[in-house]
Amino acid sequence: MRKTVNQKAWFFVLPVFVLVAFNAAIPLMTVINYSFQETFGDNVFFWEGTRWFKQILQSDRFHGALGRQFLFTFIILIIQVPLGIAIALSMPKKGMGVSVCLVLMSMPLLIPWNVVGAMWNIFALPEIGFLGHSINALGIDYNYTQQPLAAWFTTILMDVWHWTSLVVLLSYAGLCAIPDAYYQAAKIDGASRWSIFRHIELPKMNKVLTIAILLRFMDSFMIYTEPFVLTGGGPGNTTAFLSIDLVKMALGQFDLGPAAAMSLIYFFIVLLICWVFYNLMMRHEEQS
Amino acid sequence: MSKYKWLVPTIYIIFLMLPIYWLLNMSFKTTTEIINTYSLWPQQFTLDNYKKIFTDSTWYNGYLNSIYYVVMNTLISVSAALPAAYAFSRYKFLGDKHLFFWLLTNRMAPPAIFALPFFQFYSSINLFDTHIAVALSHCLFNIPLAVWILEGFISAVPKELDETAYVDGYSFWRFFLKIFIPTITAGIGIAMFFCFMFSWVELLLAKTLTAVAAKPIAATMTRTVSTSGYELGLLAAAGSLTIVPGAFVIYFVRNYIAKGFALGRV
Amino acid sequence: MSKISLNNLSHSYLDQQNNDQDWALRDIDLEWSNGGAYALLGPSGCGKTTLLNIISGLLRPTKGEVFFDEKKITHLSPVERNIAQIFQFPVIYDTMTVFDNLAFPLRNRGFSEDKIKARVKEIAEMLDLSQTLYNRASGLTADGKQKISLGRGLVRSDVNVIMFDEPLTVIDPHLKWILKSKLKELHQEINRTMIYVTHDQTEALTFADQVVVMHEGQLVQKGTPVELFEKPKHTFVGHFIGSPGMNILSCELINGKANFSGAAIEIENKPISHKTYSKTQIGIRPEFVSFSNTGIAVKVLKVNDAGRHKIIDIECDGGKLKMISSVATTIPSGTAYVKFNSKYTYVYGDDRIVEK
Repeated sequence: MRKTVNQKAWFFVLPVFVLVAFNAAIPLMTVINYSFQETFGDNVFFWEGTRWFKQILQSDRFHGALGRQFLFTFIILIIQVPLGIAIALSMPKKGMGVSVCLVLMSMPLLIPWNVVGAMWNIFALPEIGFLGHSINALGIDYNYTQQPLAAWFTTILMDVWHWTSLVVLLSYAGLCAIPDAYYQAAKIDGASRWSIFRHIELPKMNKVLTIAILLRFMDSFMIYTEPFVLTGGGPGNTTAFLSIDLVKMALGQFDLGPAAAMSLIYFFIVLLICWVFYNLMMRHEEQS
Repeated sequence: MSKYKWLVPTIYIIFLMLPIYWLLNMSFKTTTEIINTYSLWPQQFTLDNYKKIFTDSTWYNGYLNSIYYVVMNTLISVSAALPAAYAFSRYKFLGDKHLFFWLLTNRMAPPAIFALPFFQFYSSINLFDTHIAVALSHCLFNIPLAVWILEGFISAVPKELDETAYVDGYSFWRFFLKIFIPTITAGIGIAMFFCFMFSWVELLLAKTLTAVAAKPIAATMTRTVSTSGYELGLLAAAGSLTIVPGAFVIYFVRNYIAKGFALGRV
Repeated sequence: MSKISLNNLSHSYLDQQNNDQDWALRDIDLEWSNGGAYALLGPSGCGKTTLLNIISGLLRPTKGEVFFDEKKITHLSPVERNIAQIFQFPVIYDTMTVFDNLAFPLRNRGFSEDKIKARVKEIAEMLDLSQTLYNRASGLTADGKQKISLGRGLVRSDVNVIMFDEPLTVIDPHLKWILKSKLKELHQEINRTMIYVTHDQTEALTFADQVVVMHEGQLVQKGTPVELFEKPKHTFVGHFIGSPGMNILSCELINGKANFSGAAIEIENKPISHKTYSKTQIGIRPEFVSFSNTGIAVKVLKVNDAGRHKIIDIECDGGKLKMISSVATTIPSGTAYVKFNSKYTYVYGDDRIVEK
C-alpha cells in the first residue's frame, strides 16, 4: 500500500502512545531508579552504582534460574512446534468437523492461568488426580511435589496441554490459506506426501510459523502463574524459572535493588532475542 | 494412512478434555469424598460447591470483578487501537517503524518486572484496588496486540475506499465511523476476542493491584487454598465456573474463527 | 497422445439433485481427436473448469465415463492418466530454482539425472527460460511463472493431453499476446492434444482449431471458429461470439416461414419443424444486415464510428437491432430499409436452431 506522508498521524497514535507509555515508562523509570540504589525503607535511598547488577550477574541463584528458564523454553519449543504442525495437518479443512475441532481445541487457551495451574495441581496429585493415580498404578513412583524430575515432567506436560493449541490454530490458518491448485498441481506432478509438505505446505506456512515460534518463545520465557500455582517453584527451587524467582525477590523478600537489577537484565535478554527475531522476519519478508 | 487421520485430532482433543473433565468431576463431589475415595465420577453427586459460590458474595464478586475489568480493558484497548492502527496502515510519519516496534516490545515484556513498580505506582495515585487500575495495566500488552491485529485487517481494505469517500465529501470522522469501521468488523471482533482472552487469563498483575474491592476470582481462589485448608470441591467448582465465559465466547465466535481461517488472515 | 471421449457425463457438487440447477454438468457427449487444439468457451460458472477437472482426474464425475483412446479412465488418478494442467494463477514451488521446478515431475517418476538435465534444458530452450534456469523460481514475473507451470507439463514426454484453465488471467495485457503466440507455436511444434478453457472469445477463437461452447452445464455447440460465427446453433452462441453479438429478436414461425416486424423473412435454411415452441426468435448477425431499397422499415438511431467499420443502431417494429457496415456506406436519412442476408438468417425455437 502506498502510504502518504502525514505527520498529523501522530494524533491518531496519541491515545495508544499515552496509555502504553504511561504503563511502560513510569514503572521502567522506577525500576531503573531502584536498580542503582539501596534503601532501608522510609523512602531513603543511597546510590550504589552497578553493585546490584554485578551481584545478580555473578549470583548462582540467577544463573540457576536463567539456565532452568532456557532449558524449559527449549524443551517447550521442541515439543509444541512439531506437535502443533502435525495436528494442524491432520485436521479436516471442510465440513462439520472443523467448527467442533476449533472450538474444543481453543478451550485450554481461554482458561485463567491460575486455574490451569490449580487444575493440573490436582490432576497430577498421586492420590486424588487422574494422572497421578494412573501413573502410580502403572508401577512408576510419581510425586511431583517431591521429585524434581516429576515436577519438570508435570510442568512441561501442563504447558503442552495449555499452549499447543495456539501453534495448532496458527498453523491451521496458514494451511487453509494455501489454494487448492497447489495440491492439484502436486498430484499431477506425482509428488509424495512428504514432498508436498516440504515444498508446498512448509514454505507457505513460513509467516505463521515464525509468529507462532516467536509467541511461544516469549510467553514461555516469561511464564509465571501456571508453574507457580502448580509447584510454587519447587521442590526446592528446581522449577523456579526467571519470573518466579524475580517475583519472589521483589514482592516476597522486598529486595528492591537486586530485584530491579534482575528485572532490567531479564528485560534486556528478552529484547535482544526479540530484536534478533524481528530482524530475521524482516529480512525474510524482503527476500520474498 | 489417511483413513486414520482423524485419530490424531481426536486423541489430542481427548487429552485436552481430560483435566477439564477431572475438574468438573471434583466440583460435583464433597471435599471429603475427594480426599477419601478415588472415582472417575461422583459417587455422591452434590451441588453444594456451586451453591456456596452463587450465594457467598466473596465468591461471586470475584467473577463480577473479573468480568468488569476485562470488559473495561477490551473497550479501552480496542478504541485506542483503532485510530492508531489506521495511522500505521495508511500513513508514513516520523518514527513510525520505531513506534510500532516499541509497541510490540511491550507485548514481550515479562509482567513479573512490572509487578512491583505497578504496585507502587498505582498505590501512589490512589488507584490501588480498583478495576480501572487492572484494566489500565492490562493495556500494556493488549494495546500492542490490538494494534497489530487491526493494522493487518485495515491494510487489507484498499485505500481507494478512503479516497472515494473524500471525493464524495465525507468528513474524516464521518467516513471513519460510518463507512470504514463496518468494513473491518471481523478484525475488530478478533481484536476484542484476543484482548478479552489475555485480560481474562492474566493473574499476576490482577492479583498484585487488587486487595478486596476489585479482587478477581483468581485471587479469591488462591485464598481458599491457603487459609481454610484444601477445600478442593469448592476450588474445583470455582475453577469450572471460570471456564464458562471462555467457552461461551468461543462458541459465539466459532463461525468467525472458521471464516477467518478460510480467508487466510491470521 | 490420445483421442478423448466423454460419454453421457454429468456432475453435481451436491449430494442430492432436485432440479437442473443442482447439476454443474449435464449430459456431456464429446469426442476430441489426437493432437488438436481445442477450446472450451463459456461464461463464468458454466461448468468448464468442472469438465476440465474431470478430464484431468482431479474430480470424479457423478455419472458418465471418460475414455482415452478406447480405455476407460474415469477412475484413474491424474498421475495415471499422464496429463498436465496449467492453472489460472502460476503454481510453482517457491523454494526451488527454475531448473528444479521443471525437473520435479521427472524426479518423482525416477528418471536418471542425466536424462532429466537434458530434457529440462530442451524445454527451457523452447520456452525461453534458459537464461533464468538457475534462479529462484519465486523471483520471476507472472508470465515467467506460468511458463514454468507449462514447462512442468511439457517436460514429461509421455503426456497425453495438456489442459489450460484460463492461464492468462493474471498476466499483464501486453504480455498476454506474447504468451498466446507462444502457446500456438508450441502446439505446432509438439503436436499434443491441448484443451484451453476460457471465457474470452478472442483467446478461444485464435488458439483453437475447434471450439466447444458451454452454457449452464451443457454443451451448446462444437465447431470451428468460422462455423460458430456463421451458424450459431444456439442463441447463447450467437450472443457470446462476435462483437457486437448476434441480433436476436422475437418472430413468428408459421408453416415454416418466419414473420418478423410485419414482413415475411427469406431464410435459406428452411426452419421446418413439427414441434411447437414456447418462444421463437430470429437471429442475424450485424455483419449480415444491410441497407436496401425495400425490406424492413427502420429508423436510424445512432451511428458509432468504430474505425474500420461503422456500428449502426436501428429500430423497427420488431425491436432494436445493430448493424455493421463499411466506412464508405452512406447512411440514408429519415426512414430507411434493411434486408437480412438469407444465408445467415436463422430461426431459433426455445433457443435452439430450427432446421430441417
